[in-house]
Amino acid sequence: MIFHPMETGYRKNKHTAEMIPKHFIHTVKISHNGKSIMQVHWSRSVSKNPYLNFRVPNAVSGDELSIAWDDNMGESGSGTATIS
Amino acid sequence: MNLSKKRRAFLNSALALISTLLIPVKGYARWDETAYNEVDIADSIRSIGIRNPGELRDASKNIELSLPEIAENGAIVPIKILSKIPKTERIFVFAEKNPQPLVSDYIFTSDVEPFVASRIKMGETAFVHVIVLADGIFYRTARQVKVTIGGCGEE
Repeated sequence: MIFHPMETGYRKNKHTAEMIPKHFIHTVKISHNGKSIMQVHWSRSVSKNPYLNFRVPNAVSGDELSIAWDDNMGESGSGTATIS
Repeated sequence: MNLSKKRRAFLNSALALISTLLIPVKGYARWDETAYNEVDIADSIRSIGIRNPGELRDASKNIELSLPEIAENGAIVPIKILSKIPKTERIFVFAEKNPQPLVSDYIFTSDVEPFVASRIKMGETAFVHVIVLADGIFYRTARQVKVTIGGCGEE
């Protein structure tokens, strides 16, 4: 799961009544031990704090899985996990 | 005769080698903003490279699509897809009545299963279309989800 608002651009700020600008992750890159294995493209129709489940048949304990994302406002993030 | 067979075998292995070499060079398609901004389902489907939606092959039996029949909250609709079509390269998801129907696009290599589970927003009751690209051919399946409270303008 990635913490991200995934704003559609169709929501109003309840206090100021202004539209909240669209803000969403459009690309997620997934790698296994440094090798790119999958890429994801998203729209603003993906739910807030996106959840992504994928399957890597060859992954074994001790392997590293990394994900890196980019959003429409030029922000990015990444994370690495070691398979236990 | 023998020579020609040998030559063919050589050509085949040379072609196989070239196609293996091409995979890393080809890389991934980039996120295509234009496709994600299409507002009409037909234009949206065309935007991923399908000239004629009639060319889509029905694959309801070979694409396992899990979606709730009724989604009380359109902001969080769980979706799970498994393609059983050999050489699945990409899985596209469309929510027909969302302001922009193209929801997501998953690009696979042979190192991952052609499987994905995620959560999407749906503005209203609509068909969710899943299109699989496998070995250059497009396949589709679809299912309707009844949405109680739309999830595009609300939290």
